[in-house]
Amino acid sequence: MSKTKYILGLFADPDEMMHGIDKLQQNSVPIYDVYTPMPIHGIDHKLGLKDSRLGYAAFMFGCLGGSTIFSMAYYMLVHDWPMDIGGKPAFAIPDFVPITFEWTVLFTAFGMVATFFYATHLFPGRAPRVMDLRATDDRFVIAIDAKGNIPHDDITKILKDAGAVEVKHNDRKYVSYE
Amino acid sequence: MSSHSESIIREPLITGKDITYAQITNDVLRPVENMPGRAWWIGFVVACLGACLWLFAVSWTFWYGIGSWGLNKTVGWAWDITGFVWWVGIGHAGTLISAILLLFRQNWRNSINRSAEAMTIFAVICAASYIVCHMGRPWMFIYSLPLPNQYGSLWVNFNSPLIWDVFAISTYFSVSLVFWYTGLLPDLATIRDRATGLRRRIYSIFSFGWTGSVKTWQRFETVCLILAGISTPLVLSVHTIVSMDFATSLEPGWHTTIFPPYFVAGAIFSGFAMVQTLLLITRKVLGLENYITMFHIEAMNKIILLTGSIVGVAYITEFFIAYYSGGEYERYTFLNRFIGPYWWAGCMMYGCNVLMTQLMWFKKIRTNIPISWVLSIVVNIGMWFERFVIIVTSLHRDFIPSSWAMFYPTWVDVSIFIGSIGLFFTLFLLFIRVLPSIAMAEVKLILKSSSEQAKKKLIEHEQLNDEQVEYYKESLTKFDSIEAVG
Repeated sequence: MSKTKYILGLFADPDEMMHGIDKLQQNSVPIYDVYTPMPIHGIDHKLGLKDSRLGYAAFMFGCLGGSTIFSMAYYMLVHDWPMDIGGKPAFAIPDFVPITFEWTVLFTAFGMVATFFYATHLFPGRAPRVMDLRATDDRFVIAIDAKGNIPHDDITKILKDAGAVEVKHNDRKYVSYE
Repeated sequence: MSSHSESIIREPLITGKDITYAQITNDVLRPVENMPGRAWWIGFVVACLGACLWLFAVSWTFWYGIGSWGLNKTVGWAWDITGFVWWVGIGHAGTLISAILLLFRQNWRNSINRSAEAMTIFAVICAASYIVCHMGRPWMFIYSLPLPNQYGSLWVNFNSPLIWDVFAISTYFSVSLVFWYTGLLPDLATIRDRATGLRRRIYSIFSFGWTGSVKTWQRFETVCLILAGISTPLVLSVHTIVSMDFATSLEPGWHTTIFPPYFVAGAIFSGFAMVQTLLLITRKVLGLENYITMFHIEAMNKIILLTGSIVGVAYITEFFIAYYSGGEYERYTFLNRFIGPYWWAGCMMYGCNVLMTQLMWFKKIRTNIPISWVLSIVVNIGMWFERFVIIVTSLHRDFIPSSWAMFYPTWVDVSIFIGSIGLFFTLFLLFIRVLPSIAMAEVKLILKSSSEQAKKKLIEHEQLNDEQVEYYKESLTKFDSIEAVG
């Protein structure tokens, strides 16, 4: 029984890596994840990931921000302490537009980014779960769960044929824990 | 997407012969991973002295009150609000580059957006410090927030543009910071994975555990796109609201409907000038000529020319409307800019902003680095004088001649202004020392499509229109980072 936990295919070129994903999928090898130093469009669809729903979250937060400040302005200037400014109405909607807009933007930005961090488990001090240290530099890494997969040599061969510059058989899942 | 090849007639955005992904990381991180050179230290010491001067002058203001400034009964706003508007305006270019140019898919923004956005944040810090200073008693800032208090509660007046400004500037600063930091995460992870020991631990904390997995990148791109989408109207709203601080008053010279678009154009104008001032030095000192190329410099000069011309049209419109309005006070105010005691400030404003930038029509000037640098400083000076003219020249002769006065700055006014520049440069120099000054992940994105070597490969391997290839080779002659054109 091999001690290999994960097989990593390291590519130097994003197009060859995409080719590698295709080859693995043609051979029915399940892919655990792909790590790249920059966003590569199209991998998410190849791996069958759903589109991000952060846009909906952003919209909700925006609505929340706009209605919060508008309600606050209404309460403060119309309900709690209406002022007579030249006999003009206290409920001066046009004057509330700038602040409503600003808080819509503010809540959208902070709410969406917080949701992104929460969903992706990003927070200050989180131990980085890195499978290969060069994946944030110049290597495009396809990670394959070794357990219960087809013979490891076959996977190595598929990756090499697709143009991988290096194939690693790792005993540990993450290399970044000290 | 990465294999998509771009039309040959587009100029390269990355020059240099053997630029690989690893090379980009090495080049960008050189100043972060090594001790800084002599140029950085000299700059840093000078900037720190400026920041100390700022600290001293601001403390002096807080101790003795704003009576230590040169303000008087007639001129109640002078260098403080001039400095505030100037700094906020400078900040605008960063958001324009990072948000608006992203929405327009302008790939050349990729190598300048990081430092431009850092500049935005530091400029807004300087601007906000002016607002707090001019309150005299800074703890009174709390009353500009809609918080319950012991007076009733006496709420803030949401009908006032000054309160809109509090909301606009604070939103602008915090959203810019979030946008900038989210974009930094992948690059911080790159530094982390290359570092060892304590440095690794520090960057590990700040990189939030970024790994670069597929789902992370997918969400990251969604977040960046939406942030760009909301930052675009935000940045326009900020200077619009700043202009309303003036435009909603009844002061001749301020009470004009052209102010919002005029201020926004002026803000982008001065901001790009500051980006140019900083980047022309940075690319040289940090050796980033291959990433911030002549194409970038020329493109920014074109934006300076465009926005400078818009500002020029706004000036002419103001004069025409002052004449056409038939209003006696309105006419006098605008005439006073030329024939009044502040005629020299008006000349600086019109000369630096309109006349000097028209030189940018000439390609030789747009692509000349020393001249571009000098012109960018000229624009910054001109834009400072624009705010000075709008504020002080409009105020100093109001409706009653008996209250006419002049404004003379004290050493505190001057020190806060010079000091704020020192503070800005201190922060900027620290930034290029500890954080990557170029967004590495974004530059890597365009390596295969828009680099000089990709274009060369295209010429060698593809059937291309000879005329277009000639045109492309011709365009390379202006680049200072390309030696011989083959």
